[in-house]
Amino acid sequence: MMAQLTSSERQNIIAIGLAILIGGFTLAILGRNDILGIHALLFVAAGGLAIIVGARNLYKPEPSEDRSQSYYDDPSKVGIFLALIWGIFGMFIGDWIAWLMAFPDMTFSEGWSSFGRLRPSHTTGVIFGFGGNALIATSFHVVQRTSRARLPSQVLPWFVLWGYNLFCLLGVTGYFMGITQSREYAEPEWYADIWLVIVWVSYFGLYIWTLARRKEPHIYVSNWYYMAFILVVAVLHIVNNLAVPLSWGSAKSYSLFSGVQDAMTQWWYGHNAVAFFLTAGFLGMMYYYLPKRAQRPIYSYRMSIISFWGITFFYMWAGSHHLHYTALPHWVQNLGMSFSVMLLVPSWASAGNALMTLNGAWHRVRDDAVLRFMMVAAIFYGLSTFEGSFMAIRPVNSLSHYTDWTVGHVHSGALGWVAMIVFGSFYALVPWLWKRKSMYSARLIEVHFWLALAGTVVYVFALWNAGIIQGLMWRTYNDGGTLAYSFMESVDAMRPYYVARGIGGLLFLTGTILCLYNVWMTTRMATETDTESVDQSVATLQPAE
Amino acid sequence: MFKTHYKLERNSVALALGIIVVSGIGGLVEIAPLFTIDETVEETQDMRTYTPLELMGRNIYISEGCYACHSQMVRTLRNEVERYGPYSLAVESKYDHPHLWGSKRTGPDLARVGAKYSDAWHVAHLINPRDVVPTSIMPKYGWLAKTPLEMKDLSLHLKAQQRVGVPYTDEQVENATADAYAQATPESAGQDGVLERYGEATNVRAFDGDPKTVTQMDALVAYLQIIGQLTQVPYADNNSEKKGE
Ligand code: HEC
Ligand code: HEM
Repeated sequence: MMAQLTSSERQNIIAIGLAILIGGFTLAILGRNDILGIHALLFVAAGGLAIIVGARNLYKPEPSEDRSQSYYDDPSKVGIFLALIWGIFGMFIGDWIAWLMAFPDMTFSEGWSSFGRLRPSHTTGVIFGFGGNALIATSFHVVQRTSRARLPSQVLPWFVLWGYNLFCLLGVTGYFMGITQSREYAEPEWYADIWLVIVWVSYFGLYIWTLARRKEPHIYVSNWYYMAFILVVAVLHIVNNLAVPLSWGSAKSYSLFSGVQDAMTQWWYGHNAVAFFLTAGFLGMMYYYLPKRAQRPIYSYRMSIISFWGITFFYMWAGSHHLHYTALPHWVQNLGMSFSVMLLVPSWASAGNALMTLNGAWHRVRDDAVLRFMMVAAIFYGLSTFEGSFMAIRPVNSLSHYTDWTVGHVHSGALGWVAMIVFGSFYALVPWLWKRKSMYSARLIEVHFWLALAGTVVYVFALWNAGIIQGLMWRTYNDGGTLAYSFMESVDAMRPYYVARGIGGLLFLTGTILCLYNVWMTTRMATETDTESVDQSVATLQPAE
Repeated sequence: MFKTHYKLERNSVALALGIIVVSGIGGLVEIAPLFTIDETVEETQDMRTYTPLELMGRNIYISEGCYACHSQMVRTLRNEVERYGPYSLAVESKYDHPHLWGSKRTGPDLARVGAKYSDAWHVAHLINPRDVVPTSIMPKYGWLAKTPLEMKDLSLHLKAQQRVGVPYTDEQVENATADAYAQATPESAGQDGVLERYGEATNVRAFDGDPKTVTQMDALVAYLQIIGQLTQVPYADNNSEKKGE
């Protein structure tokens, strides 16, 4: 892997490593009387590792000259593995906490393993670890193919990839030690947040630099989405994480905003993390891999334009639907509700565009589990966006909010859409990247497909039931005009559904493990040279006009 | 329109700027006015800040992720007002950096839990919820009672709170550590100082039942007992009549 780097690039790696090492040391010394002192050692370790890797390869021969004729895919390859490993970690924790909600003592007696600390480890592990690495890996691949340009640097992609993973690691290890800002999906503390800003700016720089070198006059749809993902997440991340630390030597900070303004900022972030991380980025993925795999152009170019700008504009207004009937002023609640309903139009335009692209290739969908992953993803995307718009309507929300219905909704999107599109794209991408004829085992893909689908359906149906029952029990009155159920009765009623969810999660997790195994075995197969042409051609990508 | 777009998608910088502008509008329109419109947060006379001990309890609540299962926001719905108490007002979380409104009720809302149970109930409940509520699915938090509270940098905590806009006086900042100790140690020399700085109604007790050491349990229970009690405005007559929709 290092063989492709020039010696000056290896020197750059050492320099970057040194900078991280020094930064880490400074932080560790400043925070020596605080938990920060321990946490900063992760920076030291990361910097040290970069130096060692750079130094050990420093005097290796220079790479051959013709590399500029090809694409640079090593970071994507590593990213795929990182995504799957994080996925297994995050889903394992997810299933653990799922069982904890039925059997609360199924854990250790130390703080790190208690529900409240595991839950953010789950969300960070799956959203940022699994989803984020999948986005980075595929965005590097897609931007090169659709621009017909090689990544302009061989150091920056590694910095982005490993730097990002360092952020995820800081997050998860922090929660285990009780370090958290308590902001949903933005739990890591100030120093990790600043680190992510540095990484993210590099990511954007790399992306726009690659686009600038493109040989295609047009920027392909996927890149619009990947760009929106990178840019908007940057803005959201910076604003939502504004905070004042106790000192440069303390891990703890206090959020700059309080109360109602803080809640609104947090959900403006939280909802758009769903929109621009879990939706826009993955739509970018879908717009490339689905037409490629189906060997058909995107159904409608105009629909993709409308849905892109619709999503970019409408989503940012929708966050306040998380705060219906709260102390947030009514006018904001109503704006949030209205825009959430309007959001259905661009969302269904995207889902429809994807499904119409498959129209005429249904025989392939039937025979090819990879394409089926993508089709199911598009369907679940349509379903969960419909459900989301529905739940944003105030009276519906009065029933669904605070209940397991929300969690069911989240996972219909997370498992059905996000994870499925990742699996489909990976199965398409891996043979291209490693230049293999096909995946190691088509049967295992088939098994994975059914495990994932079954897991999702069990999970989502169980929690729909759970949530609606819970919501109704909380609001049911006796004939005498008093509340019919105590809170505990509603907790007791949840147990069978929580058990079912635990089983569904186990199926889904098993599928992900099979995926990692299948990818690993594929990389160990013999190389097949002529598959390259599929991956190199951009012909099928031209949108229908 | 599609013609313009045809041009836009040939220019990466213009596309990036377009994305920023188009996505920026919603947040600006919804968030910025919350800071400027006066009616957003109600006026109160009696609102006090958290004592250092309560603030540390709040931080433990955050670290342990209690917010993942408990909301602190009674909505303006009749059944919620009847189950929990008066609905939450914006002013109640005015000093909450960050807010802890929550999004999931695996356990009940806690906005009105202050002064609802005895300290001993909370301690027993946190050590093992199933001793108190047999079918509870809440985790055990036994280590809180055994872990001494870290108190040396409390002044830094209050100072940071000052910086983000909570009206702590410099005197409160200076005495933060002493006040935390005194609040959990009744009959100690510092007791009067606590009452003077935070009001006569401040709870001064050995919250975990053991006056000898100040533990994380002391802090957390002190916090639980003050939730919803920083101001009495929600309980005033004109408010409790508003029963919600
Ligand atoms: C896994 C979810 C979960 C977590 C995490 C959790 N709780 Fe609970 N909590 C519950 C459930 C369920 C109940 C209702 C049953 C009971 O009283 O034990 C409850 C009840 C309570 C009650 C009693 C409320 C009332 O009005 O009766 C308090 C107080 C409480 N929890 C405090 C906490 C604190 C403090 C933490 C963090 C240290 C915490 N909880 C963490 C689930 C949770
Ligand atoms: C094996 C598969 C999975 C299982 C068993 C699982 C389980 C869980 C559980 C038990 C919770 C806590 C719910 C609660 O507190 O009531 C949760 C929350 C969450 N999970 Fe998962 N999960 C899985 C996969 C995923 C994936 C792949 C994603 C995203 C890509 C995801 C995203 C989330 C989010 C965003 C939340 C927070 C929901 C909210 O606050 O409403 N999960 N999950």
